Amino acid sequence: MSSEIATTIPERAARRRTRVSRRQLKALAVQLLGPLTMLTGLVWAVAQPYRIVFLDRDGKGAYDYLAQPPLLVVLVGLLFAIVIAPGLVEDLEKEEHGSAG
Amino acid sequence: MVPRAEIAHWLAASFALLLGLILLSEVIVGSSVFRQRAWRAYLWPSLALGSGVGLWAITIFSTFSTMHLVAHALWAEAAMIAGAVQIAVVRGKLQSPAWSLVTAGAWLVSGAAFLVHEPSPWLYSRAAFLHHSIGWMLIAAALFPIGEALRPRRLVWSAGFALTFVALAALLYADRDSAPIFGHFGGIVGG
Repeated sequence: MSSEIATTIPERAARRRTRVSRRQLKALAVQLLGPLTMLTGLVWAVAQPYRIVFLDRDGKGAYDYLAQPPLLVVLVGLLFAIVIAPGLVEDLEKEEHGSAG
Repeated sequence: MVPRAEIAHWLAASFALLLGLILLSEVIVGSSVFRQRAWRAYLWPSLALGSGVGLWAITIFSTFSTMHLVAHALWAEAAMIAGAVQIAVVRGKLQSPAWSLVTAGAWLVSGAAFLVHEPSPWLYSRAAFLHHSIGWMLIAAALFPIGEALRPRRLVWSAGFALTFVALAALLYADRDSAPIFGHFGGIVGG
């Protein structure tokens, strides 16, 4: 075996490991987007509870119940985490298996 | 009963936040992975087109001032044109990166509309402050699609574009119909 081949195999393995860890980081980042958004909404709700109509009902109408900003932020995060993120992570994994095979 | 302006702004903020997260996720995973599913590829252009339709609905309710009516109608047109062009880009009918200039144009029109329909100076109230901030932010953010047209596929353009929506959402969520720039009128006008 030539020394050229012997040195390229570990290099290839290292490159593959880097690619895999980069994809894992990407998947983690996508998975974190939803929960971080929800956390932001919860922190906002704690910081400004008067923006939650359920906690401060005086003189509030139907639209106030529909649009409570901190809860809307939580809802958007939830929607992203349930509808968008799982498919993206799945496709990232598929690409990883595709390039490995 | 017509909803208060701040409620329409909060709902629009949620729409902008969702768009921002979607675009940010595309930046993270890359367009090749993001566009593996057709519905995802068409999501951003359809939402832009849909937001144009929604803006027409708001235009109908904005008859209290000619300037508001014209401004919302302009946004509606700009959003629909940008959405339609992006659909053609995703379908492969339009391939030149220069088509990003249409999105830049939509940002510029939207930013200018925000600025011209706000009659009060910056520090008059929170709503005035936010209208000025959003207007200038959108005009500055037009640089991202312009950059994409001139030097395509650079991360800074797509990340900047996505984060503009997140910043837009934050500013819209902060809107109140009647409030000082910081703080709230506790118990007087609902905080």
